[in-house]
Amino acid sequence: MDTLEINDKQTKESVATEELSGSQILLKGLIEEGVDTIFGYPGGAIMPIYDALYDFKKELNHILVRHEQGATHAAQGYARSSGRVGVVFATSGPGATNLITGIADAQIDSTPMVCITGQVFASLLGTDAFQETDVINITTPITKWNYQVTDASEIPEVLAKAFYIAKSGRPGPVLIDITKNAQIQKVEVEAYQKCEHIRSYRPYPIVRQNYIEKAAALINSAKKPFVLFGQGILLGNAEKEFQAFVEKAGIPSAWTILGAGAIATDHPLNVGMLGMHGNYGPNVLTNECDVLIAIGMRFDDRVTGRLDKYARQAKVIHLDIDPAEIDKNVKAEVPVWGDCKETLPLLTALVEEKSHDEWLAKFRDFTQKEIDQVIDAECNPTSGELTMGEVINQLNILTKGDAIIVTDVGQHQMVACRYAKFNHTRSNITSGGLGTMGFALPAAIGAKFGAPDKTVVAVIGDGGFQMTIQELGTIMQSGIDVKIMILNNQFLGMVRQWQELFNDKRYSFVDITSPDFVAVAKGYYIEGQKVSERENLVGALETMLNHKGSYLLEVMVTKENNVFPMVPQGCSVSEIRLK
Amino acid sequence: MDSNIEKKEYNITVYTENQIGLLNRIAIIFSRRKLNVESLNTSPSEVESIHRFNIVINETEDVVKKVARQLEKQVEVLKVYFNTNEDVIWQELALYKVPTDIIAEHVSVERLLREYGARAVVIRKDYTVFETTGHREETDALVEVLQQYGLIEFVRSARVAIIKDSDGFHAKLREFERLEPGEDVIENEYLNKGQKVFTM
Ligand SMILES: Cc1ncc(C[n+]2csc(CCOP(=O)(O)OP(=O)(O)O)c2C)c(N)n1
Ligand SMILES: [Mg+2]
Repeated sequence: MDTLEINDKQTKESVATEELSGSQILLKGLIEEGVDTIFGYPGGAIMPIYDALYDFKKELNHILVRHEQGATHAAQGYARSSGRVGVVFATSGPGATNLITGIADAQIDSTPMVCITGQVFASLLGTDAFQETDVINITTPITKWNYQVTDASEIPEVLAKAFYIAKSGRPGPVLIDITKNAQIQKVEVEAYQKCEHIRSYRPYPIVRQNYIEKAAALINSAKKPFVLFGQGILLGNAEKEFQAFVEKAGIPSAWTILGAGAIATDHPLNVGMLGMHGNYGPNVLTNECDVLIAIGMRFDDRVTGRLDKYARQAKVIHLDIDPAEIDKNVKAEVPVWGDCKETLPLLTALVEEKSHDEWLAKFRDFTQKEIDQVIDAECNPTSGELTMGEVINQLNILTKGDAIIVTDVGQHQMVACRYAKFNHTRSNITSGGLGTMGFALPAAIGAKFGAPDKTVVAVIGDGGFQMTIQELGTIMQSGIDVKIMILNNQFLGMVRQWQELFNDKRYSFVDITSPDFVAVAKGYYIEGQKVSERENLVGALETMLNHKGSYLLEVMVTKENNVFPMVPQGCSVSEIRLK
Repeated sequence: MDSNIEKKEYNITVYTENQIGLLNRIAIIFSRRKLNVESLNTSPSEVESIHRFNIVINETEDVVKKVARQLEKQVEVLKVYFNTNEDVIWQELALYKVPTDIIAEHVSVERLLREYGARAVVIRKDYTVFETTGHREETDALVEVLQQYGLIEFVRSARVAIIKDSDGFHAKLREFERLEPGEDVIENEYLNKGQKVFTM
């Protein structure tokens, strides 16, 4: 059976079937799908699968997390750094409900993930059996697809479908709930076959040349074209195609938070980040461009600000693989359905070689203003307490922009995404759509498993770190090398910023105290130190980066600093504030 | 332009695989957006093994279009159409239970049947069940009449609708079953036949 060639029909038909338990079928199927890493946590209803896993320790590296939410975020980090499908195991009831946040996060950020949950015996379904939760119905709104298996013979086909659905088209999370009887049941199975087609599912819309032509004509006639790019480029592995397009057409390009790294930060046509805490120029000039080319992004409200004052003057070209995104928030003059890996080269072929120097210079003028009024003080202060920006700036110098930066949610996230340099694709990993505090630590663990040769730095707030702090145990046990950098402002900073700006400084429950993080890390046998003086910062960062194995660096930063620029909620992007 | 502000009844036809849980997946697309479903019917379709949902909502075209795309995005949904009432032939079925003695005493049953196109399904000593099929106003009209004669029970079915301008799903399904779809299967931009996205 081991040497079986699944692509070879002849061999397949001549090989006899064998009898296996549902659990064995599942694990063999995972191996066939190329899985080598699983993040999970055992329990009663998934015990048969864990029992079978005992015999697959060589092929399947199971990482025992400390909370199932951590497993989902680790799987997300793994998927985002590697481009592969993240896999999660959890038991029924509380195990399954602990997955919800991570599944919702993967759904909104289009992360390919397959979650396997154990379920009570099929005969007990609906009886309020011990640890029975209706996980299928709970996860229906937050999964791309889900399915409950009650018979072992269903497993190969369902698993094959799950992987195909999770990674094809616009990726997303899939959940398979397997009742305990199906895990135990022995059935005869044929060789595993991957899924390549589901008749009711069209992951790749047909590319229509006439829209490509319309789009190209519009771009060629534009005086002030502007590209907005998102994670679609990364998900489509279309970084090269994207770069070729913008370079030929000479169009200034700005990124959504999940699109960071699709093109290098320092590329001359990369004009910065969009949205609420994005850069000055890209926000203001969105309302000045004549043709807006959106590629693999979905016009999230954090990007658009007030919609009825968003790019009204511009003709919009929208490239997306998901037809439901076209016209959802912003009406497209020319919709270009399809995988941008396919559509971008077609477009590139038709656009004229140009350089929009004057237009590009406008972005540079805005950048200069932003440097003078915001960035310089944030990234190169010479007196006062440490700032988040200077920490990221020093980190850039030491990592040369080659590290994977995993961020949590809050001020430090915005600062890190704004100032970190991304020379490589798949090196910015953050919870964009859901904004899940507690994401970074487990996601960094997964990211390192997904890209073992990279330096992985988790940038986390003092608040968010305490949400999934227990995953230090996962780091301890797995021996994975993750650099943890806590930017401690002794506040739930982002909420405090809003309370300062919009609630008359009524600081309502944002004052958070923290344990001695370095001591906590020590308790997990993870080395670390705390730094609060400017003269010690670079040394401390070097120590962290040069340390063999995981390291925790707590940096004490200014308590009441605000992230600017900012597009206040309900305002137009051109009303962006510099202070 | 006014199609974006004016609400009207839309008949959404959803061709799907027959799978447990799909009803919920479809229903929550409406409830998540706080859209009231006026009527929902699931039934077999002209193609064996393919299910057909008829859903009626009272909304603007813009909203309906977006919902249709979200519906079509579901893995087990093959195709979604939406049509105004003018574009479909539709019917609802209603049953009315009334006391036989009162009816016999007060009304000419024959006249009732003729006027409202009703049919007596069951006639017992204690009660009679009438049935009508038609549009909402028609089935409603009879309720009012029978209310005076001690209407015991009334029930109306969900709406079923046939799209006037449809060639059925057979040919389409054959395209879906092929690995490489033909051009006309991918009509995301033409969710509604003949309506080009550029006119929106
Ligand atoms: C799970 C969760 N709960 C609450 C929030 C709301 N929230 C957004 S940012 C923030 C403050 C985060 O504080 P901290 O982790 O210290 O980061 P800082 O903003 O100070 O850098 C909060 C509470 C959230 N995003 N996620
Ligand atoms: Mg904080």
